[in-house]
Amino acid sequence: MDDFLRRLTALIKKEYKQIVRDQSSFIIGVVIPIMMILLVGYGMSLDVKDVPVAVVMQDPSPTVQDMFSFMDGSSYFNPRYVTTYHEGVSLMDDRKVDDRKVDALVVVPPDFTESLRKGGGHVQIILWGVDPTTAKTAQGYMEAGLAAWQQAHMREYMTSYGTRLGMISVSARQWYNDANTSTWFFVPGLIVLIMTMVGVFLTTMVMAREWERGTLESLFVTPVKPLEIVLSKWIPYFFVSMGGFALCMIAARYLFYVPIRGSVLIIILASMIYLLTTLGLGLTISSLLKDQFIACQIALLVSLLPTVMLSGFIFDLKSTPEFINAVGHIMPATYYMELLKTLFLVGNNWGMIVKNCTILIVYGLFFFGLSVVVTKKRLE
Amino acid sequence: MTHIVEAMHVSKVFHHTASGHPETALQDVSLTVEQGKITALIGPDSAGKTTFIRMLCGLMFPSEGQLNVLGEDITKKAEEVQDRLGYMPQKFGLYEDLTCMENMNLYADLHGIPEEKRTERFNKLFIMTGLAPFTGRLAGKLSGGMKQKLGLACTLVRSPDLLLLDEPTVGVDPMSRRELWEIIKSLVKEEHISVLVSTAYMEEAELCDDVYILNKGRILAHGTPEEIRNRSQGLSYWMPVPQGIPARVVQSALLDEEEHIEDAVPERGGVRFVIKRGETLADIQALSLYPSCKAVAIPCRLEDSFMMILREAQKRERLMEGFELDYTAKRHISSHVDIHVHNLLRTFGDFVAVDHTSFDVHKGEIFGLLGPNGAGKSTTFKMLCGLLPASGGELSVAGVNLRTARAQARANIGYVAQKFSLYGTLTVKENLRFFGGAYGMSKKKIFERMRVVLRMFNLEGREEDIAGQLPGGYKQRLAMAAGLLHEPKILFLDEPTSGIDPLARRTFWRQITALAAKGTTIIITTHFMDEAEYCDRMMIQDQGKTIALGTPDEVRKRGGDNLTMNEAFIAIVEDNRKKEAEENG
Repeated sequence: MDDFLRRLTALIKKEYKQIVRDQSSFIIGVVIPIMMILLVGYGMSLDVKDVPVAVVMQDPSPTVQDMFSFMDGSSYFNPRYVTTYHEGVSLMDDRKVDDRKVDALVVVPPDFTESLRKGGGHVQIILWGVDPTTAKTAQGYMEAGLAAWQQAHMREYMTSYGTRLGMISVSARQWYNDANTSTWFFVPGLIVLIMTMVGVFLTTMVMAREWERGTLESLFVTPVKPLEIVLSKWIPYFFVSMGGFALCMIAARYLFYVPIRGSVLIIILASMIYLLTTLGLGLTISSLLKDQFIACQIALLVSLLPTVMLSGFIFDLKSTPEFINAVGHIMPATYYMELLKTLFLVGNNWGMIVKNCTILIVYGLFFFGLSVVVTKKRLE
Repeated sequence: MTHIVEAMHVSKVFHHTASGHPETALQDVSLTVEQGKITALIGPDSAGKTTFIRMLCGLMFPSEGQLNVLGEDITKKAEEVQDRLGYMPQKFGLYEDLTCMENMNLYADLHGIPEEKRTERFNKLFIMTGLAPFTGRLAGKLSGGMKQKLGLACTLVRSPDLLLLDEPTVGVDPMSRRELWEIIKSLVKEEHISVLVSTAYMEEAELCDDVYILNKGRILAHGTPEEIRNRSQGLSYWMPVPQGIPARVVQSALLDEEEHIEDAVPERGGVRFVIKRGETLADIQALSLYPSCKAVAIPCRLEDSFMMILREAQKRERLMEGFELDYTAKRHISSHVDIHVHNLLRTFGDFVAVDHTSFDVHKGEIFGLLGPNGAGKSTTFKMLCGLLPASGGELSVAGVNLRTARAQARANIGYVAQKFSLYGTLTVKENLRFFGGAYGMSKKKIFERMRVVLRMFNLEGREEDIAGQLPGGYKQRLAMAAGLLHEPKILFLDEPTSGIDPLARRTFWRQITALAAKGTTIIITTHFMDEAEYCDRMMIQDQGKTIALGTPDEVRKRGGDNLTMNEAFIAIVEDNRKKEAEENG
């Protein structure tokens, strides 16, 4: 036991010095997560400003003009007023995508003022849905703007017309993309992606490097045990990966204001368990392939790509064909994804937490065990 | 007598190979290493030396036979044996991001050496290896020779019962090689370590107590260096060469007379040759071509016997047509300058890789670039071929300024890279066709020339073989064939003889001799010092500077009287480094 600890400490010390002196693991562990979260986070454009909107005033009454005055001078909208539906549509024609003038159409029907007096005005909002995040946000702003106007003029109406002001109903349609995606949805997924990539790549790289440089051949003919070699890689890179994770969490909370409705502790714990899998997978790949370049290619194929495509990061697995759904459920990333999304956005769902954590622990032990087994002190 | 290593009828077959066929790396090898002795395993590249040593470490298991190391069956008690071993692989795994001291401490920790014992041991090792001033330097920043010494020090953090060294001096300059051997020798004396060392250098085998000759996985001979050396006793001669005829031509004349001659190499301005046992000088017809030159008997050496033994095991290949040579033709070097280099400079950041180098190569000359690793010869070479732009100076090849018209200059040159840049998945024929196309030859021309070079390099019948699956010697020949396909005026050869066996090396130089006689200009780099003797002129570089330039005779004499090229090289480099040290105070 003493020998074990002494050798393990020596190897970890060595690994620590290498991490400090060689920037590549720092880049993978820290710089890449920061870049990814900034790029993807801001790339998904959380703030919607100056949305070009065409208001189709088929009923250009003063009431309607007043109703849309909230758009003028607002930093959120950049309105232009047209009188025919046709004119409005041509401004948002997708075939003229390069020179599309507006991202939303608000259609006010000719009999709007009339209907409003009778107690039920109807406005149609048509959104350019190719960018669903922007579309959804813009819709929200418009609905809010209309609601505020209604609130303010309720009493005034009562006195002027003696009738109750009708409710303005809004029907919204997204063109070109009827699905809708939420921004909050992405950030937990992004954390899964980063943890997968960082975990697998770090260990793939450092272990294959030792094979390539011949350092392992020299180490093998010392009393070192395979378990010690694997642990000496696993422990330091666990901390590097947790560093990347911490950055992701901070960014999620304070940069993108993603709600964390579940327990932070469980999120951390689940992530630690998940690292057991990714680090083990990386070590296994590099021990088997012994070549940095090939190992990194394979790591990309088995970790990052399926995580993006199949874990529910972009496509909800429930809506995929059964076969894809099954493939997705072979991957540990899927369970971690489900866990994080729920913990961030929904809250503590203990049944799911226990189930998914158990699955992740089994995967983790399997991959960690596999990495020990395939690291043989043999060269053939 | 105790056997530290005992191998009985050991064979090793690799089943998962690149070619898909099982390959026999070792066959029926029986060998013993005795207590307190240095046993050498000598043999050309791919003889099976590394495989055997890896099996001794328990990193591979034999396919057949019994292998006992330190009294234990290595296949059963690998870990126990590894505790008592010191193993230095060919490429020792130093951690380049760690300092010398940190590397040493890592290995000491792994071997469980208590702190109090370290200071003394480390001091001794650092002083021995001359690394004492560099303990705080990162291992990655050491020179090749120093890295090897640090590797050795790391394997010796404790005194092992058996030290296994796999070609410890490969790629190391002659000075560092000599120092490494001094360290090994003194360790054996002081600590009674038993050593098994593999090497491709005959001079090194002479320093050992016991020698095994390994070739193509089989042990060909065993004995003390003296016993092996004596096999060629009374058969070695040296003869001067007539004025004006290059030594390599006379050597070729002798070598071509296979029925009487075992081996011939140019040496000290003349030719050293070994006759077949039972023959006399009078039997040798080639000698009658040079009536003015008298051959004298000289003491035999290990290499003579080694070549004899190899020749017995494997016949040297007949030279094919296209390499006929007039054995009495005088050296003809035209005054036409083919390559002109003046004040050539190449820097990488602050580092000056080639420092104001000037030389000319004339048409029909063989020009050798020699130097320790990192001396700048590869950099110089790459600039000459137009693969790397120069930072300064003049550089023209075949009258074309390389600094302004690199592509044009390339049409005149043939290039054989160090690793024989062939397409491994293409056949011999496809490779040649590709290179012909790359040089812009017409289909008809390619077809014609392909037949010629296939015959020249004895590749007929192998046209459809996959290049990657050819044996090493054949790969080298295919690379030569590809380089000569477009009949270049100038041929660049980068370490063409490393990795091929000595018999193939003789054949290679025989071909070069014939090519030069026909007027091809040849520039060659090599780390075999003795190969400088084949050159008309040579240049030695060290730390980017030219330290010797001239005919092999002139260079040898600069080093001292009656030295071999290797000794002269060490003398010149050391002398030069001393001078520089004095100048720098």
